[in-house]
Amino acid sequence: MKYLEIRNLRKSFGDLEVIKDISLEVEEGQVVAIIGPSGSGKSTLLRCATLLETMDAGELIYLGEHAVRTGPDGKAVPAPPGQLKKIRGYFGLVFQNFNLFPHFSVIRNVTDALITVQKKSKEEALAIGRDLLKKMALSDKENAYPYQLSGGQQQRVSIARALALNPKVLFFDEPTSALDPELTGEILKVIKDLAAENMTMVIVTHEIAFARDVADHIVFIDGGVIVEEGPPEQVINNPRNERTRAFLSRFER
Amino acid sequence: MEFTVLVAKLAEGMWVSVEIFLLTLLFSLPLGLLVALGRMSRNLILKNVIKFYISIMRGTPLILQLMVVYFGPYFIFGLPTPNRFLATIVGFVLNYAAYFAEIYRGGIESIDVGQYEAAQVLGYSRSQTFIRIIMPQVIKRILPAVTNEVITLIKDTALAFTISVSEMFTVAKAIASAQSSVLPFVAAGIFYYVFNFIVATIMEWIEKKLDYFR
Ligand SMILES: Nc1ncnc2c1ncn2[C@@H]1O[C@H](COP(=O)(O)OP(=O)(O)OP(=O)(O)O)[C@@H](O)[C@H]1O
Ligand SMILES: [Mg+2]
Repeated sequence: MKYLEIRNLRKSFGDLEVIKDISLEVEEGQVVAIIGPSGSGKSTLLRCATLLETMDAGELIYLGEHAVRTGPDGKAVPAPPGQLKKIRGYFGLVFQNFNLFPHFSVIRNVTDALITVQKKSKEEALAIGRDLLKKMALSDKENAYPYQLSGGQQQRVSIARALALNPKVLFFDEPTSALDPELTGEILKVIKDLAAENMTMVIVTHEIAFARDVADHIVFIDGGVIVEEGPPEQVINNPRNERTRAFLSRFER
Repeated sequence: MEFTVLVAKLAEGMWVSVEIFLLTLLFSLPLGLLVALGRMSRNLILKNVIKFYISIMRGTPLILQLMVVYFGPYFIFGLPTPNRFLATIVGFVLNYAAYFAEIYRGGIESIDVGQYEAAQVLGYSRSQTFIRIIMPQVIKRILPAVTNEVITLIKDTALAFTISVSEMFTVAKAIASAQSSVLPFVAAGIFYYVFNFIVATIMEWIEKKLDYFR
């Protein structure tokens, strides 16, 4: 089943056209990695897909349900608020700089939305939260506050927070870019473990080796368009497009 | 006048000062938040009306504002003169709400947009986001500035003397001129200082209470 479909997405900021007609499909269980140079529109694409940014044109569909459709004048029309609220439950987003809630303890960061948004009981939320913290090897940090954690630990809390709501699709926007190099490994491992459990994920990353290992499908974006896409063996090992080759050559060790 | 009588009279005035202080905070702290929200509103008319109100409150002396609230109804509208105490509270609340509003606004605008975005993606409604996620962080950040205003308010209560509300300073002045003595002023000064000390201690305690996060 198609978990996510983006059709003919366009997005401008003022005169700057950042996304020029991008279409993307993500199947259940698929891991898609998005790579591309700085300023190519990767974050904007993710922000449109997670409804943090409005789309100028195009369609956004989760599990066959329209979050955004094309109106009669060709402009993008968002679904009514009730529908959007439901669709927000289909995806989660892990931010580059975590965006944990500093006034909540670790466990509260993970459980608060379960209680406030999903109206689960406190006990049920706590059970889900503890389970996820255990999975993230953070059980001993349950009552710590975000400022007391390392960057890697904070990012694991934010992954647990996103997973708690049981999303169908999990987005990551450069989940390791704010971390010290020696801490990126622990986050990449968590994402690999999720991939092994068939979590559907869309990951924007500058870690090319990681993208090749974890992704089923690589999308290379430059200048607001998809320049090349396909399995990692093709896009990363044998890129056909000159721009892809030029971009990747910067990562050769 | 015996010393104990002096103290008793001043204490009565002190109680009025405390009442002005507490009632002003009780009304101006919530009103200030509403004013701040209006100031940040996308509705240009509302935003500019509030901006004008704030600039008047901050740009003219409080002592003058108190006189306008007290004398204004009669001299401007021909209405009966309001109760002195009520006029004092209204004057203080209007003035302090404007100052608190600017403090709230600074606090709210200082919160990283990522906090709103994280909450939105997690499915929090706008009001849930504001109440559960944003405000607790705002309160912690603005506490030092609020403490400053609160301390200023204690001393400002003496301005109620302009419209002859018998708060402590008014009482001290009356006794001092009747007795040709500065002792009442000294006693009043001590009262204000102790009052301040208590309030500062309470504010410090609240700040400590919020030390658990950063
Ligand atoms: N809110 C905004 N207002 C105006 N311009 C924006 C805004 N957000 C992004 N842009 C511009 O859109 C372009 C694409 O930005 P985007 O953040 O999507 O790039 P990116 O591929 O994620 O880059 P990076 O790898 O550096 O994160 C950039 O030129 C950026 O300056
Ligand atoms: Mg980016």
